[in-house]
Amino acid sequence: MSHAVHGHVSDPEWRLPSRGRVGMFSLIVAESAIFVIFVVAYVYNIGRSTYGPQPRQVLELPILNTIFLLSSSFTIVMAERALVKRAMAAFKAWWALTIVLGAIFLLGTGREWSKLINVDHLTISTNLFGTTFYSLVGLHASHVIVGLIMLTTVLIFALTGALKPEHTEKVEVLAIYWHFVDWVWVVVFTVVYVIGR
Amino acid sequence: MAGSSIPVPGGLGATEVAAAEAEGTWLEVLHSWIVTVDHKKLGIMYVLYAMLFLVIGGIEAIIIRIQLFFPDNHFVSAETFNRIFTMHGTTMIFFVAMPITFGFGNYLLPLMLGVRDMAFPRLNAFAFWMSAFGGLLLYYSFIGGVGLQGAGSAPDVGWWAYSPLTSRAFSRGHSTDYWAISLIVSGFGSIGVGINFIATAFCTRCKGMTLFRMPLLPWLYVVQSFLILLAVSPLTAAQVMLTIDRYLGGHFFDTQAGGSALIWAHFFWIFGHPEVYVLIMPSFAVLNEVVPVFSRKAIFGYPAMVAASVAIAFVSLGVWAHHMFTIGMTSVGNAFFVLSTMVVGIPTGIKIFNWIATMWGGKIRYATAMLFCVGFLVQFLIAGLTGIILSIAPFNWQLHNSYFVIAHFHYVIVGGILFAMFGGIYYWFPKVTGRMLDERLGKWNFWLFVIGFHLCFDVMHVPGVLGMPRSIYTYEADRGWTTLNQIVSVGAAIQGIAIAILVYNIIRSCLKGAVAGPDPWDAWTLEWTTSSPPPPYNFAIEPVVHSRRPLWDLKHPNDPDEPLEEGMIHSGGKSPS
Amino acid sequence: MLQAALLLAVCAARHAFALSSKTSIFSPAATPAKVSYDLSLFVLTITGGIFVTVASLILYAAVRFRRRPDDDGSEPPQIFGSNQIELSWTIIPVLIVVVMFLATARMIFAIQDAPQPPSALEVTVIGHQFWWEFRYPAQHITTANELHIPVSDTSTSRPTFMKLTSADVIHSFWVPRLSGKIDLLPNRINEMWMDPHTPGLYVGQCAQFCGVQHAKMLLRVYVDTPEQFAAWVKQEQQPGVQDPAVAAGRHDFESQACMNCHAIAGTPARGQFGPDLTHLASRKTIASGAADNTTENLERWIDNPDLIKTGSLMPAMHLTADQVHDITAYLNTLQ
Repeated sequence: MSHAVHGHVSDPEWRLPSRGRVGMFSLIVAESAIFVIFVVAYVYNIGRSTYGPQPRQVLELPILNTIFLLSSSFTIVMAERALVKRAMAAFKAWWALTIVLGAIFLLGTGREWSKLINVDHLTISTNLFGTTFYSLVGLHASHVIVGLIMLTTVLIFALTGALKPEHTEKVEVLAIYWHFVDWVWVVVFTVVYVIGR
Repeated sequence: MAGSSIPVPGGLGATEVAAAEAEGTWLEVLHSWIVTVDHKKLGIMYVLYAMLFLVIGGIEAIIIRIQLFFPDNHFVSAETFNRIFTMHGTTMIFFVAMPITFGFGNYLLPLMLGVRDMAFPRLNAFAFWMSAFGGLLLYYSFIGGVGLQGAGSAPDVGWWAYSPLTSRAFSRGHSTDYWAISLIVSGFGSIGVGINFIATAFCTRCKGMTLFRMPLLPWLYVVQSFLILLAVSPLTAAQVMLTIDRYLGGHFFDTQAGGSALIWAHFFWIFGHPEVYVLIMPSFAVLNEVVPVFSRKAIFGYPAMVAASVAIAFVSLGVWAHHMFTIGMTSVGNAFFVLSTMVVGIPTGIKIFNWIATMWGGKIRYATAMLFCVGFLVQFLIAGLTGIILSIAPFNWQLHNSYFVIAHFHYVIVGGILFAMFGGIYYWFPKVTGRMLDERLGKWNFWLFVIGFHLCFDVMHVPGVLGMPRSIYTYEADRGWTTLNQIVSVGAAIQGIAIAILVYNIIRSCLKGAVAGPDPWDAWTLEWTTSSPPPPYNFAIEPVVHSRRPLWDLKHPNDPDEPLEEGMIHSGGKSPS
Repeated sequence: MLQAALLLAVCAARHAFALSSKTSIFSPAATPAKVSYDLSLFVLTITGGIFVTVASLILYAAVRFRRRPDDDGSEPPQIFGSNQIELSWTIIPVLIVVVMFLATARMIFAIQDAPQPPSALEVTVIGHQFWWEFRYPAQHITTANELHIPVSDTSTSRPTFMKLTSADVIHSFWVPRLSGKIDLLPNRINEMWMDPHTPGLYVGQCAQFCGVQHAKMLLRVYVDTPEQFAAWVKQEQQPGVQDPAVAAGRHDFESQACMNCHAIAGTPARGQFGPDLTHLASRKTIASGAADNTTENLERWIDNPDLIKTGSLMPAMHLTADQVHDITAYLNTLQ
């Protein structure tokens, strides 16, 4: 009678996926859906602005900015590896470098927007291009900001010694988010600066 | 059968804990509920919240039906009517149907999976309060939405809020903003729920419970959750775009600037169609649990049920423009959506057949829960068939935006979802409260609801066929719609009485209902091994399972469901002779 | 049982009502409506058959397999599935879907992609909050709310081909006995055609919620014989009648703000925001069907539109009683 509920000796080890990873992947699915809608809106509206500055006139390829952001994906992988090997000093260095690269990306975006607003007089309300551009790029930038806040929080934990190698998995889950943010930029870059111009 | 005590380690050792729980002052009790992260308390709060808004949305429905009782009636003004039907639709979808399904899922998933709580208890609480706040924000619009010269107050643009009617130019004041922002807020809650359900089902299961030994209810909540992630997000995106248009001078939907009114419709229905599957999946889940137990047979075709649910979800992502057959798509576009809509009917039909096959050859007991499920079966069949009728584009060109459509979707939502949810309430109320709902009141509840429902919604198809459009505060006397509208209104009122009986039954049974015991229905899934109500930690010892129906195995040691080998998805059992 | 009886009652009622409602989709008077009707009978037969079959199975199972009062409490045989049965009830629906889809697709293309014959009458429809503007480009006519089109039966094939758009929000043109509906979107042109077989009056209304008075954006379509239609066109092409007896009213009309929104051909009034009034007196209704076109109603309307159609975009002009009276007298002469 009770054998139906108690375990058999021969039961294989019971392992389930990590809930942090599954949760983060689910969040990424939802975020991807939001980005898809903004991307679709952008693509649908390419060439439809009936007046005002057009992409070709005002957009420059942000190659340098992209390199900075995408290399932060590399540095965060290095940081994770250092953590696994319990090399805390190396971890802090690579992690801080990731944050710096992300911050440089944001600065670059800020400079670009400053030029667009003050020199080209393109704002979110100027025309349809302005609306779709600032919405899509801004949505991505806001995710970068959130990511940087989380990364900085982790860095503070690391600097105060609260972060231990046992926390590797939690750090990896955050890194998944950061990779997502980086690769969304690839899509945004392609749609806005390559196809859309 | 009722109250049978099964010596299962893991639950029954702690029968008295719930009663002995230190209560404290009512303030302390209230506080414990507000700060709780316990899935059971949050589940109950979701359901109570939904029931409250069901009453509010029902009052809005009664106002609509009184206004439409006579042509050229003046019970409410045109403006008020438009606000009322907008609020009725928005309330029922977002603050009744979604929360009630979230409530069931939250309460049952950990119990059925043999674990202590959801994967992310704090996210659970956060999501609930976001949803709750969204509802309050929407209703605050009645007071706070008043703009210049009386413009504003509650939203009046229809629950679908087509642009450019929602633009600043045509929708003055803040009413539309309350619509958009309250739904963005509760949308975050919904996405949180989706993440939690998926993580719970995939990552927290008791030992031995492989994915294909999970009861079907968690499966359906997994499918529902993926749909939430993919469907609610587009609505959030579109509402953000609308808010950018209204407040930052954006031009997404500004046709003068090259924007598009059409694209709102696409984005909204890309959300809107999968949304209705988000709503119905938990009803399928209730049937998958209740029908087998009351037929005394295992569910027929478990793997097909899983596959059909996944197929429905997948196809449902590609049918949205059947809400837009009249908007001017190309003939090829229209034809595509005709096909995809018909295709989604196939796995849906299969589920109905599986339920019939489960009942077939059984020994059916008609407790109220089972009555509601049989009602669901017939009504969902009709609703699905009127859906197929609506998928015929040239016919849809007549029926779109008419009362036929309103009849169809109320048939699904009331005749399907609400019937199933009420069945679920009758089935799990004993587990949640430790008391039985009164069966005599239940029968009154059920039969009055059936009579009112059919009087209202069967008849409602006819004005649609006779050319009556929806969203109109009055109608011409010479169209031949008057008598039909009056019958519909009477049916609505009868349903209100039926729901009042349910509410009375719930309150009365909480206070004076018969004691339930852990397993009043002689059921087979893990929640019935705990006490009623379960202790806060659910299981004292983590259960270990070897088949889909662990309690069946215990109760029938000579005829257990055969334990599944790793990788097998068909359970054995007797093949039909 | 209750279910079947109700369904039967509904069917009977539907049949009875179809003959008596002016807007029944089951009494088509033009090809698009007829196509929809014929297709609907086909689909209703199939879905009706499915309903009867499956509902019978449900009710049979629900009744036949009830627990008997003398039941011994044992469990029935546990049956977990059957590949053959499940396969067959997958394949049969697939076949039904294929048949219905092919029948439907054929009709979609027949209606939407129907070529426009040279004899067709072209009408442009522009939706406004809360009235309809109709332009006949070839005939140089602009009118409002009441549409005149020629009959198009086997002897005189002259279908009406419409281009539809909106000046503000999304509307929908629906005259059930003539055709399915089509939406009117701003800055987008949709197309539809109708070929009414019998002269007469056909009614409908806007079918996409467009604001506070959506319910009163009614439609009247007069299907004329060729002679009637030619006469109507000729009359519409005339400029506004200039009756000296109502000169005072005409003068009031032209000096108040009326001409900012309304147009009357042959006068300085060229407003586009409101309906063209050149032949207002020939229309049976005002305010897009919200009221009959009587002197009393017209005076009330001009004095304060909110009395007839609250929230309509025509403002109360705050005229004196005499001015209202005179202007109404003038408008009454505009045949």
